[in-house]
Amino acid sequence: MQYMALIYAVPNGEQDYEGDMMADYGQFTQDAIAAGVYVSGEALMPETDASTVRMRGGKAQITDGPFAETKETLGGYYLLECADLDEAITWAAKIPSAKYGCVEVRPVMVFDQ
Amino acid sequence: MIQAALAHAFKADSGRVLAALIAQFRDFDLAEEALQDAIIEAARTWPRDGTPSNTSAWLLAVARRRALDRMRKFARAKDEAVLQNLGLLAEDQPEDEATQEIPDERLRLIFTCCHPALAEEAQVALTLRTLCGLSAREIAQAFLVPHATMNQRLTRAKAKISNAGIPYRVPEGPEIEARLAAVLSVIYLIFNAGYAPRNPVLSAEALRLCEVVHQLQPLPETAGLWALMSLHMARDPARLDADNTLISLKDQNRALWDHPAIARAKTRLLHALAQSRPGPYQIQAAISALHCEAESWATTDWAQINALYGALYRLSPTPVVALNHAVAEAHAGEPKEALTKLGELQMALEGYQPFHAARAELLAQCGKIPAARLEYKHVISLTIAPEERAFLLKKLSELP
Repeated sequence: MQYMALIYAVPNGEQDYEGDMMADYGQFTQDAIAAGVYVSGEALMPETDASTVRMRGGKAQITDGPFAETKETLGGYYLLECADLDEAITWAAKIPSAKYGCVEVRPVMVFDQ
Repeated sequence: MIQAALAHAFKADSGRVLAALIAQFRDFDLAEEALQDAIIEAARTWPRDGTPSNTSAWLLAVARRRALDRMRKFARAKDEAVLQNLGLLAEDQPEDEATQEIPDERLRLIFTCCHPALAEEAQVALTLRTLCGLSAREIAQAFLVPHATMNQRLTRAKAKISNAGIPYRVPEGPEIEARLAAVLSVIYLIFNAGYAPRNPVLSAEALRLCEVVHQLQPLPETAGLWALMSLHMARDPARLDADNTLISLKDQNRALWDHPAIARAKTRLLHALAQSRPGPYQIQAAISALHCEAESWATTDWAQINALYGALYRLSPTPVVALNHAVAEAHAGEPKEALTKLGELQMALEGYQPFHAARAELLAQCGKIPAARLEYKHVISLTIAPEERAFLLKKLSELP
């Protein structure tokens, strides 16, 4: 099964991170590739650079920033191929930002042919 | 006779049969429907052909066939490959299925039902539904929620297990302790739901489940919880008076306690404690055992109970444990210190019924009668269980 690990954290929360976060992310990605669970993963630019699009009455409405006012924002993701939820949770728990933010684990929807 | 045999077979074995079906088909709904089909089949054929010697194996064999039928019907429109797999599944079934011992898959199932990715209330409901064979309506009644709400809770939980890929397996390695703690917590919640307000079915099911978990995977904390619940049950006959008013431990007639049950619980508890892997349930059971072996309230070993609460607080430093520790301290002879400690816990426990009950009693002990009177009135307003309300009203009326 494929699981999307959505990484949420308070912007600039990594300031309180103990250790070298970039190095830890590099290590995590290498470990996930070596274990064969890595499908893809990216970090996202902050929400201040986000734009939100809605189609209303056939017209695109574009607003600055994200939809919701929340403290923790989406900062990146990994797409992981795992046998089951337990394996996905084990990997999600190793994502460095889980130490100060949180990681939401969502199964990827599978459509019947 | 047949009706009784059927009711018994269903009640006693449904958890085990359902667990075997779910383990094979990985589908709660299909398993439940297939078992239901098998029970209907039993009601039709047992009166005619007689009750089979191994009722659960019979139910499992028939339910398996019904499940395969249902899958075939569903797969017909799909493709050949699925049908071929079903053929192989059917061939896997042993010939002498009606007599063989059915595999016990309940441990895997309880770890699935009590998976931390499910909400706790869903864990409780799913455990009662699948392992204890209670209907959604019975569970709804026990937890005072509408039937439709309970149905939805069960449906959502089953959907999440399937959609999110929650596995059917007993966790291994370092995971096991944390996951077992979740299972035991669900069992204890079920037990307590049956204890006040009283629903003996739930308490009995909790004890039975704990016994199953312990038999399939003996760990000290499981034995600790079993002992704790058994000790609660052993004191149950002395807990209420003729008017259904709660009698405090202090005033209970200790001759009414089930002393052979206390001895059994103590034996198992000592065996668990000897493994030197203490945990919250073993400590709570040890505290309970000290109460049970005391001949009276006055001769209770309060010093040791106080020390055990200290150990419990180090393992689980929660305000509720701190409250119990303070109460034990009061009984060990320090009611004023205990009252001060309760003051420190006020922020965390405001509105928690046992906190106000303990404070009312401590205030009375310390001679602060007007404050005790106010506190008793407050705690009575927070109390729902009628037997406990009656107890508190009596306490209030006895104040000087």
